[in-house]
Amino acid sequence: MTNIYSTAAQMSAALATKEVSSVDLTQQHLDRIAKVDGDVHAFLHVDTDGALAQAEAADKLRAAGGAISPLAGVPLALKDVLAQKGIPTTCGSKMLENWRPPYDSTVVTKLKAAGVVILGKTNMDEFAMGSSTENSAYGPTHNPWDLDRIPGGSGGGSSAALAAFEAPLAIGTDTGGSIRQPAAVTGTVGVKPTYGGVSRFGLVAFSSSLDQAGPCARTVLDTALLHEVIAGYDERDSTSINQAVPDVVAAAKRHDVKGMKIGVVKELGGDGFQAGVSQRFQEALDILVANGAEIVEVSCPNFEYALAAYYLIAPSEASSNLARFDSMRYGIRIGDDGTVGAEEVMRATRHLGFGPEVKRRIILGTYALSSGFYDAYYGSAQKVRTLIKRDYERAFESVDVLVSPTCPTTAFKIGEKADDPLAMYLNDIATIPVNMAGIGGMSLPCGLAPEDNLPVGFQIMSPVMQDDRMYRVGGTLEAALVSKWGAPLLSADTKLAVK
Amino acid sequence: MSMNYDAAVAAYEPTLGLEVHVELNTNSKMFCSCSTEFGAEPNTQTCPVCLGLPGSLPVVNGKAIESTILIGLALNCSIAPFSRFARKNYFYPDMPKNFQTSQFDEPICINGYLDVEIETDEGAKTFRVDIERVHMEEDTGKSLHVGGSTGRIHGAEYSLLDYNRAGIPLVEIVTRIVPGTGKYAPQVARAYVTELRDILRSLGVSDVKMEQGSLRCDANVSIAPISSGKLGTRSETKNVNSLRSVERAVAGEIERQANRLESGERIIQETRHFLEESGQTRPGRSKETAEDYRYFPEPDLVPVTPDADWIEELRKTLPEKPSLRRKRLQEEWNVPAKEMESMVNAELLDVVEETVKLGADATRARSWWLGEVSRLANEKEVAPTSLITAPQVAEVIALIAGGELTDKLARQVVEGVINGEGTPREVIDKRGLKVVSDDSALMVAIEAAIAAQPDTAERIRGGNIPAAGALIGAVMKATGGQADAAKVRELLLKHLGQG
Repeated sequence: MTNIYSTAAQMSAALATKEVSSVDLTQQHLDRIAKVDGDVHAFLHVDTDGALAQAEAADKLRAAGGAISPLAGVPLALKDVLAQKGIPTTCGSKMLENWRPPYDSTVVTKLKAAGVVILGKTNMDEFAMGSSTENSAYGPTHNPWDLDRIPGGSGGGSSAALAAFEAPLAIGTDTGGSIRQPAAVTGTVGVKPTYGGVSRFGLVAFSSSLDQAGPCARTVLDTALLHEVIAGYDERDSTSINQAVPDVVAAAKRHDVKGMKIGVVKELGGDGFQAGVSQRFQEALDILVANGAEIVEVSCPNFEYALAAYYLIAPSEASSNLARFDSMRYGIRIGDDGTVGAEEVMRATRHLGFGPEVKRRIILGTYALSSGFYDAYYGSAQKVRTLIKRDYERAFESVDVLVSPTCPTTAFKIGEKADDPLAMYLNDIATIPVNMAGIGGMSLPCGLAPEDNLPVGFQIMSPVMQDDRMYRVGGTLEAALVSKWGAPLLSADTKLAVK
Repeated sequence: MSMNYDAAVAAYEPTLGLEVHVELNTNSKMFCSCSTEFGAEPNTQTCPVCLGLPGSLPVVNGKAIESTILIGLALNCSIAPFSRFARKNYFYPDMPKNFQTSQFDEPICINGYLDVEIETDEGAKTFRVDIERVHMEEDTGKSLHVGGSTGRIHGAEYSLLDYNRAGIPLVEIVTRIVPGTGKYAPQVARAYVTELRDILRSLGVSDVKMEQGSLRCDANVSIAPISSGKLGTRSETKNVNSLRSVERAVAGEIERQANRLESGERIIQETRHFLEESGQTRPGRSKETAEDYRYFPEPDLVPVTPDADWIEELRKTLPEKPSLRRKRLQEEWNVPAKEMESMVNAELLDVVEETVKLGADATRARSWWLGEVSRLANEKEVAPTSLITAPQVAEVIALIAGGELTDKLARQVVEGVINGEGTPREVIDKRGLKVVSDDSALMVAIEAAIAAQPDTAERIRGGNIPAAGALIGAVMKATGGQADAAKVRELLLKHLGQG
């Protein structure tokens, strides 16, 4: 029986044999959203009519025997940072309340072309700045494993939607870990492809040189299937890479790591990492060894500076990217009563339209780019970035992939770190180096931490445009873990906080 | 004012610096495919990219890069093998992203020069103007501030914004300071902008219409006491919309600054606006507290790395330098400098050269284009070259030379061609304008004239050649002007024994 607990691959197969229709499958997910999203709050906008229309179109195309993509008719949740024509795109910000883009992002264009059904837009930290979705102007998303806990961020809406079986597929974006950290704390799979592997056209920019859209799902194979749909060169994104997309689906299905050399990054573990996280990570390594991989320890000495450099580069770019939100052309407008000038209206709008975290980063970035400070801050951070790239290059000379726990801890409580930005930033310590170097990174679940029974994420990092390697290792590890556990971490039998 | 220009330059040494903005004439904008056509309905030539909508990304127009490299090569610049775009951050409603994508410390062309010649008291003298840089950027939109007395945003009732111009490719050409011009600073400034305009026109990269704003000049002027070896504080004069204004603006600034210094005031570093009617400048924005543009490399664009072979290919396509070409043509055609200037100013040099190449006599070609054709074009308020082509004018001149047309008939033929009556030949046939060249027919008229004025004929027989005028006039009158006067003269004199 194909239902919301099935994988996307299973749904695809059932759609192909016409065991189930896309309209039926889509309706099941809409029903599920109606049932649980009041508690989870994964969605900011559910496009019921649009989704059913897309489902009907996919069914018709299939009935007509047309050439059809494997994911045609499978539902998906879209992070609210990607433009979808005519559908509200808020980026979790008051600033863009009710803004409906007049164009589709390339990711959406590709999803539509593949017949994927877009259920709606998912919650996120405002402009993707945060690790908990608490920074959303529309209220936080709750972790389906424990509603008092965060679902990660910034893409907490997408990961929570997957974990709560509101969607089998989701799109996230990852600037410093916003796909992988939510995947880790919700027991789902998330991939940040190589920078330039997926077009950024239509992705509302936070930090242009770090942002990357990517696929999210509950299994490695489903993630790969979605990766295949959205990846590829786009002439509308100058930074997209004009090379063939690696065969990630074949890699995910390979289930074999014999002879692979896997490097454990010394700097991304140990002290400061929750005991249960380290334990599950170690067990996963043992499984990979049992499957024929060789594990070596690798040192990346400059990773120590990654977080500091990231918090100069990302806010600097953000301060410029977010300058366009001035109420002149779109979005909300505040204080325009005809008595004040444009400048005052801009100021009032930005004052009330942006939340505190966004303002914090705009101020930080504006400062870091200021004349007299540029070299010390932005300039130095770029040098650190080069050093981090070199650390990776050196490491990849001797190993095929690098691994680490995705996050230092399991999901923390909502409100726990809200007043301590630094503690919040530290949650991304293991994910940020990947963005700084522009390489690929995946997080997949490797069990529940014994002390709190919450999901732990296992991170795999692969060199530029070698994304297939992380799918190969991830697919193998996942198969071994599922066989050990007897069932996937997330199945119809999983004890979630939502029924 | 107490100090006139002559007194000012007797006491002070001016220093020039010129910044010229050129709108390229590419079909599409700098970073998107929107049309660049001038004069369209407001906001009809826009898209998500040039409106800076959230999520949109720029893509560099390759043609704009090519045009900029051509400009750099024509100005003897080095072309950087690696250059980058940078963001110039500041808020203004007509700038959609609130940053301008420009180039900062890594421009595409550097270290060039342009030699300009002016007439001095000691004859023609050449000044070398060093070019610091040529870089690419995008234009802003246009604001129209309605209400209020100044036409500026402050005090306006409301403002209208037109983004058609936003994103039009601009090239900025910046000179180094030009010292040592002395009292000729205004003429050097004008000669530089003139020569630059001619070069840009010969390259075909811009419409270079100062009155339409496709070529804009900012003149930086400072003065210091003669022989002080110092540089004064500079002002930057904008809104200089013609070549004549360039000269007037520089002279006006020198005079204004000298008077300020004479009266014990200091020069304020500021932007000033040139006032066409008075030739004076009025103060604009103060630059004493330098605005911090927080430049940083544009992360949405990849560096510009033109291939060395391509640059060499472009170099081979450079047209002859306009100043050298003018010298060459002036010698070949043997025309006075003043006439040469008239042709250049009337933008008729190309078409005259084409007409000469088709075999026409240079003096005749020049006088037809500058005379009759220009007169008719003025009447119709159109460009002479839109009325008639070089081959048509060349044909008319050939018909005159062949004795088939007189100048008077030729004017009627030209008029017919302009009226759309066909080729010169067709006009001649339709209007029956053929010269009476049949000797026997002419002889009948000549004999009739002699019979009518026997006394005059007798004087001619007696050697009074100038008296022939009266008889020639009579013959011309009798033939309705269709006879060739030279032919009539020849036949008449021969008949009266003076040939």
